Amino acid sequence: MKSLFLSTALLLAAPAAFACGTFTVGDLTIEHAWSKATIGADRPAVFYVEITNGGSTDDALIGITTPAATMPMLHETVVTDGIASMPHAMSIPVPVGETVALSPGAYHGMLMGLATALKEGDRFPVTLTFENAGDVTVDADVLSLRAEGPDCSDAGQ
Amino acid sequence: MRLRNLQIILWTAAIVATVAFFALRWSSAGMQDVADAAFSPSFSLADSEGTQRTSEEFRGKFLLVFFGFTNCPDVCPTTLSEVAQVMDDLGPDAAKVQPIFVSIDPVRDRRLGLREYTEAFHPAILGLAGTDADTEAAAESFKIYFAREADAAVADGYTMSHSPGLFLIGPDGVWLRQFAYGTPAAEILSDLRSRF
Ligand SMILES: [Cu+2]
Repeated sequence: MKSLFLSTALLLAAPAAFACGTFTVGDLTIEHAWSKATIGADRPAVFYVEITNGGSTDDALIGITTPAATMPMLHETVVTDGIASMPHAMSIPVPVGETVALSPGAYHGMLMGLATALKEGDRFPVTLTFENAGDVTVDADVLSLRAEGPDCSDAGQ
Repeated sequence: MRLRNLQIILWTAAIVATVAFFALRWSSAGMQDVADAAFSPSFSLADSEGTQRTSEEFRGKFLLVFFGFTNCPDVCPTTLSEVAQVMDDLGPDAAKVQPIFVSIDPVRDRRLGLREYTEAFHPAILGLAGTDADTEAAAESFKIYFAREADAAVADGYTMSHSPGLFLIGPDGVWLRQFAYGTPAAEILSDLRSRF
């Protein structure tokens, strides 16, 4: 009884692990929504997230919106013949049974027209629009400029 | 007769442009090959204070050179974060290495603030943003490619494409190798340590 009380107290006291929340819409599970601190508000911020399709129909991420930026877009960093560029991604496929990651060096949300600089520890909502599943709003957590991704290993997910 | 002269001039210009185009294509496509041949890339570019800095003044140090632009939220921070990690992990050996960020978008980067950008990653990183001519000369010397691409949907109406590699230059100024985009900091660190 005492140990149960203690563990409950610890659970309540532990700060929610950053960028480790889980969101769902239809058969899609959205996790690890994060961003990096920006240097000022004049340069674009970035948005990364992981989407798992647990359903029986292929889906696709077709857009993002956020109050944090006036011009959010989906991009894909591609390195072809040693040249990196980042064309628009009109649609990011989320096939049945797969997890698709927007991650450094690959697909990413590009948040242009920031309302204010993003600081480590900030949290802002991002609405993802899927072709089939529709809209879902997730919380994106701002990690440090040098972060490679959220550390959710001890988050008990 | 005047018309004929004009035709000759135009044809010559067209041929020169075609040759230059293929020469440029060839030089960027041949990047892997040149990594093997000994050469000493050079630059002369203004730093954030407007002081002209040259490759010669860094003789005696290893140089980690990265070409990028500060309006680049995905590729550039990844590489600069790795460089920052390498500098932290080098400890006292950090004095033997000078990391340099060369802007390929110098006008905008000077406006946005070059120094605050490089310092946000690591105070050791030197940011350089020269004139367009100096920048092209440096890129040519390093045999790297960059281009401005019109993109009406993004801020300022353009974005940059570029060679995202990290280049290692020896204390004698000779090109040593390229670290491909995404090379982990630990790998760069151990490569550097093996050369001290
Ligand atoms: Cu982008």
